[in-house]
Parts: sequence; structure tokens; C-alpha cells
Amino acid sequence: MDLAYTAAYEDFRVHTRAFLEQHRATFPNPYGGGRPAADMLVWQKLLIENGYAARTVPREYGGYGAEPDILKSRIIAEEFTRAKAPMGLSGQGISMLAPTLLEVGSEEQKRRYVAPTLRGEIIWCQGYSEPGAGSDLASLQTRGQEDGADFLINGQKIWTSTAQSADMIFCLVRTESERAKHQGISYILFPMNTPGIEVCPLKTMTGNAEFNEVFFTDVRVPQENVVGGRGQGWSVANATLKHERGMLGDPNAANTRLQAIIELMKDETVSGESLMHNAVFRDRLMQLQGRVLAMQFHGLRLLTASMTGDDVGLGRLIVKLEGCELNHQLAAFAIDVLGELGVLYQDSPHLRANGFWQRAYMFDLGLIIGGGTAQIQKNIIAERGLGLPREPKLARG
Amino acid sequence: MEFALSSDQKMLQDSVTRTLARLCPLDRVRKAAEAKTYAQDVWQGLVELGIPGLLIPEKFGGVGLKLLDAALVAEALGHHVSPVPFIASCVMAPLALLRAASPAQQAKWLPRLASGEITIGVAISEQVAGAREGAGIAAQSERLNGKAIFALDFAQATLFIVADQDGKLHLVDATAPGVHKTTLTTIDLTRSIGELHVQNVESEPLAHGDGLIAMRDAGWIMLAADTLGASWQMIEKSVTYAQERKQFDRVIGSFQAVKHLCAEMAAELEPGRALIWYAAHAFDDIPSDASLTAAHAKAYLSEVGRFVARTSTEVHGGIGITDLLGLHYWFKRIGLNRQLLGGPERVRHLAAQMQGFI
Repeated sequence: MDLAYTAAYEDFRVHTRAFLEQHRATFPNPYGGGRPAADMLVWQKLLIENGYAARTVPREYGGYGAEPDILKSRIIAEEFTRAKAPMGLSGQGISMLAPTLLEVGSEEQKRRYVAPTLRGEIIWCQGYSEPGAGSDLASLQTRGQEDGADFLINGQKIWTSTAQSADMIFCLVRTESERAKHQGISYILFPMNTPGIEVCPLKTMTGNAEFNEVFFTDVRVPQENVVGGRGQGWSVANATLKHERGMLGDPNAANTRLQAIIELMKDETVSGESLMHNAVFRDRLMQLQGRVLAMQFHGLRLLTASMTGDDVGLGRLIVKLEGCELNHQLAAFAIDVLGELGVLYQDSPHLRANGFWQRAYMFDLGLIIGGGTAQIQKNIIAERGLGLPREPKLARG
Repeated sequence: MEFALSSDQKMLQDSVTRTLARLCPLDRVRKAAEAKTYAQDVWQGLVELGIPGLLIPEKFGGVGLKLLDAALVAEALGHHVSPVPFIASCVMAPLALLRAASPAQQAKWLPRLASGEITIGVAISEQVAGAREGAGIAAQSERLNGKAIFALDFAQATLFIVADQDGKLHLVDATAPGVHKTTLTTIDLTRSIGELHVQNVESEPLAHGDGLIAMRDAGWIMLAADTLGASWQMIEKSVTYAQERKQFDRVIGSFQAVKHLCAEMAAELEPGRALIWYAAHAFDDIPSDASLTAAHAKAYLSEVGRFVARTSTEVHGGIGITDLLGLHYWFKRIGLNRQLLGGPERVRHLAAQMQGFI
């Protein structure tokens, strides 16, 4: 155990800090999804040029071209948080599509899409889930029928966040209907303004439409838009899902929430008494603090292991399940601490934190379900982590 | 930045685990527990590895390692429910002597402790967990009076380190006139717990520093690590059983109801390992974080340990609660660890105090 950074890394930290200090005046508002504002696009370009975004993407594809170095990535994240500087753009294009193309895309696809995606000029959405294909994603029924050099795509996707503002979609389509279910899927890229695409906002319990349904009627897409070859979509998608699960369950997000709750409990009073003096709430706070610390240190352990190749057993498999659950429990606790104030919403008088805690409590339930439900995560932990047998296949009937 | 065990630490873990696998199978645990004694041959094996002197500097005949090394040993002992003294005699007592004793006291006791010739019990529960039944030891005019319940590594201890009501530490010779010892029987027969009465007993104070806090923090981390090892053993046993036991013509481990219980145990438990590593590292190298993370390690493992102990027993079905299977040795060890030096509610209360929340 050595939790200090070497001089070279401390140097990198000093440089990062100086960069942020120098550009403090041009910090844009944090990116909240959808189409980025003009100042965010300028910021993103500056971050890529200086190695604070798209850091390890090769220069020829529009990145900064640095060697992967997890410690430097961590230092960047720490310093941006410390300076309250907005991180570069995120979203499914940058976090999922770009790494997937770099891994399995053709040279032409990489050259055409990666750089503008990183710069925020192409916004992507992900067409995976369908009404009948959730946890059993490979049973998806959106079909691409061969028609000359094209596919004619028909079907429906759901849970498509950003679809209303996206330029492009990366979409799983059944193109080889005669093959077994996992072998018949292709991963296809196409513009969202292609004729035959209809986007319907899907309003959730938060009151906002964070997702959409997308309908395809005879959508014509060239076959050359397939990534990784016809019928290879399942393995291409798995490469992408790997990137998504890393995004969910971030322990630093949990710590940010915990610190906000500590401030809340110090500030709020009930009948003149500080909430911190309520023994029951204080005990719940301490329980959550213990869990947040455990997940943070667990994250440090995984970080080191990804550099050294140390075996962490099932350490990685538990992060999505535990991290999402912890974030949700933090939101639930904040609501309990606020009591009746905790159920205020929208633009109500007396509203606390702009209604963040209720919104988080409701939205985060979706994160527990999305990206592989908690139950699917437990199957993965039990089967891949502990070596328990897979579910026997149900008799087809 | 490296958050990982060193190769030396992995070797230590390996050699302790191999020794315990050889000397301390369930039959041996059962024999010692039923006789309510330590397993002397297991203890001898640990002595040969230098475990009693793990934290004692080389100039006193020890190995001079750190608390993280001791946590790895505690984890292995919990994994094998080993009936040997450790937490008090090999960790808390030497730390108290190193931090609070005079050079003469250190020279007198540390070499004998390091060689395994003597063991030392620790009676500080009233000052950490709070006093039950009005227990406590008063120190006046170099004389000790009162009682301490829940003294650790009690049997055969040559000496006790006792905390008085002001938190000051004293050495008490187990055979001194006025010392009365009563063994307490807990659910866990793999560890020795007792009650110490002192009547006008001559005190030999440990005069310097914050020995009590160091003992408490180290004790919390060791109990947490013991529970980590015991809990992982219970998960491993559950998984093995679920892969063999058949009902409805299927191994029960193929049912999601059973599979998910196993996944939940592992998912809740594993982050506790990193928490223990950090707390143990902080004990020696990041003093400002030491007490808080030690408290959280103790509380976290107490809660997850209880969940694992009951869930693992349930995965085993009816056989899980039998004496024959012996799973109960781990169940009970985890149950004892939870309460020693303060249950989780008490420890979290102290954690809140440390941060100035009350």
C-alpha cells in the first residue's frame, strides 16, 4: 500500500491545476445531455487539445493520443472536481460508440465518425432495448431486410435517451433471421433524419421525458453501415455494454451526495433542533458513510489492479449493483432527513436543492433497472464470479 | 499510488493460510472448542511463523511488521475459526506496550511476548463499548479496585493490560494477590473471554501516550478482518453446497433464489476488504484517518457479517443448523466479533463523535 503519488504525477497535477486556473473565465455550464451549447463545444475542443478529454484516442482519429494512464485520468477527475470545472462532453456517443468503433470499426468508419463525435458535432443515441427485449436483449425483433445494397429496417426501440436531439443512432437489428438468436444481429449506424423514423418522447415518473420510443418503418440504410460484419452485432454490443457498466455506479458521485447530506443535516432543524442531533438519523448517516468509504476504497483497489493486472476476483462484477443501490439509498435517506420538505417538487415554495433528491430517487431507480437489472447483475456475480451453474434453458413451447 | 498488497504480504497470507489448512481443520477446531481450550498445536505453528512477534520490532525479537500484515493474519484466523489467542495478545497488547510503556517495561515483556513464551490478555471493554452492570476499574494511590468484564485472550494469560475509568492503562499480573478470574462462556467456544476482579491490586501503570485509542482502533480492525475471513468461508461453503445439493432434479445453485443469495453475500462483503486494508494502512501511515476508518471497518463488517452468517446457514437448509456440519462455528465467531469492543450502533456513535457531529 502506497497512497502517495510520485513526483511525475504531482507535476501532472500542478499542470492540470494551472490549466484550469488559467481558463476559469471560460468555464461553460456543465453539460446536461442533448445538443451541447456553443461555449461547451469550444470548451470540448480546448480540452481535447490539452489532453483533458479524449485523452487516449489516437490523434489521427481526433483525440489527444496519450498512452492510457489511469492515475492521470484520476488526477484529471480530481482536479476538475476541485476547481468545479465542467468535465468534457459525455454521453453514449463518446462513452460507448467511439470506443466500440476504435475497437471493431472499419478504417472508413473510424475516420468518418470518431473525431466529430469526440468534438460534440455528432450526437448519438443507442437503439438496443425493445418492448419485448429487455434483460433478454438478444431476443430483439427489429428487422433489417436485405434490399439490394441496403437494409429496409422495421420495428421499434425503447428507452432511447437523447433520441430527440441525436444526429445518429447505433442500433441492433436482426438481419439474419435464419440464424440462431445471438448470431442473427447486426450493429448498424444510421442518421436519425432518415425517412421512416419516428421519435416519441417517453415521460417517466420524474415528470420529464428522459427517454423515447423510436419507431422504424421501411427505413433504408446501406449495408456498408454495419459495424464489425453482418451477424456480429451481439459481440460488438457486448464490447459497448462493457463501457456502459463502467460508467454507472461511480463511487465519487456517492461521496458527493454524502457530503451534501452532511451539510443538510447540519443546516436543517426540526422544532429548533439540528437533525444531526437526532440519533436515528445520525446512525443512518454513519451506516451510509461506511458504505461510501468502502466503495471508494474498493474503487482504488480496482484502479490499481487494472494497472498491475492483479486478480480482484469478483471485485469488478459487483460495482454496478452496489454503486447504483448505494446512490439510490443516499437519495432516499436525504428525503427522509427532509421529511415533509422532502416531498416538495417542481417549483414549490420551500423546495430544497431544486428538487434534486426526489428526482434522483425516482430517476436512479431507472439506473438500477437499466444497463443490466440488479437481478441480471446478481446472475452475473453468481455465475461468473462464484462459479454457480447457469439457469437451465426453459423448454420451448 | 498503489492500493494493493505487496508480494511480501501475499507471501505472509499464503504461509499462514497453508499452516492453518494443515493444522486447523474443522475436526481440530471442534476438539478444542468442546474442551474449551486453545488448540496448542495450532498456536505452536503460529509461533514458528513468528506471529506473536508480528508487530514487535526486531530488537525485541519480533518481526517488526505493520497492522495491515496483522489484519491479513486475522482474516486467515477467522477463515479457519482458529482457537488461538491473537487479537489481544499479538496485536493490542504489543501496540500498547510499544506506544505507552517505559523502556524497562518494554524490555521486560516484549521479548517474552514475541517468542510466544507468554500471552497477554486485554481488559478495556468498559472504556470502549461502555460499562455493563456497573463494571469498571478505579485506580487510586497505585491500587486497582473493581471489575472488567469481557477481557480478551483470557485463558492462560500471564499478564493483563487493563484500562481504568479514566482510560489510563495498567499492567496486572494474573497471579497477583487480589486478582480473581472468572471464565465467561460465550456462543463462540473458539475464543477465550473472561471477567477480571481486582481487589486492592498493585498497579503498574503504562505512563505514556494514547495507548487506549491505538488498542481500540487496532482491535476494531482485527475483529473486522476476522469477520471478513469467517464470512468468506461461509460464502465458499454455501457455493460448494449449492453446487452439490440436488432438489427437483437440479442442483439448488441453479435456482435464482439461491444464486442471488450467494451473489448478495459476496457483493455486500467484498468492498469491506478494501475498507479494512485502508483502515489498517491508515493506522500506521495516515493517522488523521485512522480512528474513523477503523470504526467504519468494524461497523461495516459487523453488519455484513450478520447478513452472511444467517444467509449462508439458510442456503445450507436444515443441515446448516446442525452441530454435525459445524457451520455454526463461523456463525458464532461472527456473532461474537459483532459485539466485542462495541456493537455497530455503539461504534457508529463514536464515529459520529470523532467528526464533531455531536
